[in-house]
Amino acid sequence: MKRWYLQPSIWLGAAVLLVVAAAAALAGVLFPDDPLDMVGAPYTWPGADPATPLGTDLMGRDLLAGLAHGARVSLLVGVSSALVALAIGVAVGAAAGFYRGRTDAVLSRITEFFQTIPAFLLAIILVAVLKPTLGTIVFALGVTSWTSVARLVRAEFLSLREREYVRAAVAVGASDAHLIFREILPNAWTPIIVSTGLLVANAILSEAGLAFLGLGDPNVVSWGSMIGLGRDALRTGWYMTAIPGLAVVLTVLALNLLSDGLQAALNPRLRRVRAA
Amino acid sequence: MRIARSLLRSLLRRLLQLLGVVFATAVLDFALLKALPGDLVDVIASESGSVPPQYVAQLRQLYGLDRSLPEQLLGYLGRIAQGDLGYSFRFGEPVLNLLLDRLGPTLALVGAALLLSTVAGVLLGVAAARRPHGLTDTVLSALATVGYSAPMFWTSLMLIVLFGVQLEWLPVGGLREVNAGYHGARLWLDYLRHLALPVLTLAIYYVAVYARLARAAMIETLAEDYIRTARAKGAREHQVIFRHALRNALLPVVTMLGVQSSALLGGSIVVETVFAWPGLGQLSFEAIKSRDIPVLLAVLICSGVLVVLANLLVDLAQAALDPRVRRAAQPPRQPSAATGSAA
Repeated sequence: MKRWYLQPSIWLGAAVLLVVAAAAALAGVLFPDDPLDMVGAPYTWPGADPATPLGTDLMGRDLLAGLAHGARVSLLVGVSSALVALAIGVAVGAAAGFYRGRTDAVLSRITEFFQTIPAFLLAIILVAVLKPTLGTIVFALGVTSWTSVARLVRAEFLSLREREYVRAAVAVGASDAHLIFREILPNAWTPIIVSTGLLVANAILSEAGLAFLGLGDPNVVSWGSMIGLGRDALRTGWYMTAIPGLAVVLTVLALNLLSDGLQAALNPRLRRVRAA
Repeated sequence: MRIARSLLRSLLRRLLQLLGVVFATAVLDFALLKALPGDLVDVIASESGSVPPQYVAQLRQLYGLDRSLPEQLLGYLGRIAQGDLGYSFRFGEPVLNLLLDRLGPTLALVGAALLLSTVAGVLLGVAAARRPHGLTDTVLSALATVGYSAPMFWTSLMLIVLFGVQLEWLPVGGLREVNAGYHGARLWLDYLRHLALPVLTLAIYYVAVYARLARAAMIETLAEDYIRTARAKGAREHQVIFRHALRNALLPVVTMLGVQSSALLGGSIVVETVFAWPGLGQLSFEAIKSRDIPVLLAVLICSGVLVVLANLLVDLAQAALDPRVRRAAQPPRQPSAATGSAA
C-alpha cells in the first residue's frame, strides 16, 4: 500500500502546477510591459531571436510574455469557476442527500436537466448573452459544471447520514445545520477534494475553448485566445498555435495527475484493488 | 412479458423526461431572452440592419411582446410545441429548417466518433487490465491521461498541421470536395476522407475516457468469484475475458455513454468550427458571431432532445447486457466519477 506522498503522479502534478503558478505570480515582474504590445518582428520562430526565446506571433508579440500573463487568466478562471461549481454542487447535493424525499426529487430533476443540456453550449450562450468579461466567464463555467459534484455529495450524504455518530447527534437534539456542516460534511471532503482537481482542469479547458471561439475577455491575453490568433497563421507558423496549446495540455495534465494520485491515495476501495 | 413491460416503462420514463427537458430548456431560453439588453425584436432589428419602424411594431405584436410576461411565456411554449422555433434573419430561414439541415452532419460526426472511441477504448482498457500496473497498463494509462488533457480545438489544429499541411494526406475542412463532381462510391469515399480528422479529434479524447473506465471496470470484474470459477473450470484466458468478464465490465462504459452524450455534443461545437463541418456546432458558432440568439437557444433545445434519445438507446443497451436491469426494471447503477465538459 502506498502513502499519498509516495505517489509519483502527485509530485509531478504539483511541480508543474507550481511552475505555472509561479509564472502567473511573476508575470508582472518578469514581463512588465503589456503582452499585447509589439516587441519584435512578426513570425520570429522560437530560438531565432534571444530577446523572444519562444518567438513572436503574427503581430510581433512575445509568446513567452503571453504565456506568463495567460497563466494568470487560466488559473484565475479555473480556480474561481471551480469554487462556484463546488459551492452550488455541495449545496444542492447536501440538501438532496440530507433532506431526501421531495427535496431530493426536485433537486435531482434539476441536476439531471443540467446534465442533459451540453454544459459547454450553455456556457457559450451565457457568455454571449452577458457579454464576455472574466466575471461572466467564471459565472458561466461555474453554473454549468456543478452536476458531478452535486451527485457525488448527494451520494455521500445519503450514506453518511445513516451512520451511528450522526444518529447519536440527532438523538442529542443537534440542529440540521450542525448535522450538515459539523457532522456529515467534514467526512465527505475526500471525494470532493479529488473532484476539485478535475473541476479546475475542465474549467481551464472550457475557458480556453471560449477564448478560442472569440468569447474570451477581450482585454486580457489568454492561452485560448493565443491559439485562436495563431490559427490564422497555421500554415506558415504553426508554433504560434502549438506553444500556448502545450501550456494548456501541461497544466491540465498536471491537475489530472494530481487528482488521480489523490484518488488512489485517499480512496480505500482503489487501494484494495491496487493491493490485489 | 416482464421484459417487454420493463422496456415499456423505460420508454415512458424517457418520454416524460423528453417533455420535461424541452419544457425546462424553453423556460431557460425564455429567461435568457429576457436577460438580453433590449427584446427579441431589437435583436432582430439590429441584426438585419435597417428595419422600418412599422415592421418593428408589427414584429412586437407578432411575438406578443406587448403582453404580460406569463402570457409571453405561454405563447413561447405554445409556439415551440407546434415546432415553431422562430425565424433567423441572419440565415433567412426558419430556425427549424436550419436545425434539420445541420442535424445529419452532426449525427454522422458524433456517431462515428462514439463508435470508434468505445470500440478502441474498451479494447485498450481490457489490454491494460490484463496486468494492472504492468508495462502495457502504465504506457496506456499515461497516454490516456495525456489524451484527455488536450483541448480538442488544439488537437484538431495540430492534426491539421500534421495530416493536412505537412503530409497533405487528408482534407482539412468541409463536408466534401464541392466542385469535384464525384458520384457513387467515390462520393462516399470523399465524405469519409473529410470525416476522418474531425472524428479522430473527438476520438482521441473519448478513447482516453473509455479506456480508463473500461480498465477500472475490468480490473474490478476480474477479481469477482465467478471469474475464478470460470478459470477453475479450465476456460481459456480469451474466453474468460471476452465471454465472462467483458459483458459485465461493459455496463459502466455503456452508462457513461449516456452521461457523456451531452459533453460529446458540446465538444463537437469546437471541432465542427475548426473543420468547417456544417453541423449543429458550426451553426451555433455562426449564431454566436452574429449574436443570433434564437438560433443558439433552438440548438440548446435540440441538443437536449438528442441527449434524452441517446439515453433511451443506453437504456436499451443496458437491458440487453444485464438481465438484472431487464427483470427488475430498477435504475441501473451510475458510474461514480463523471468526467465533465470537454472543449
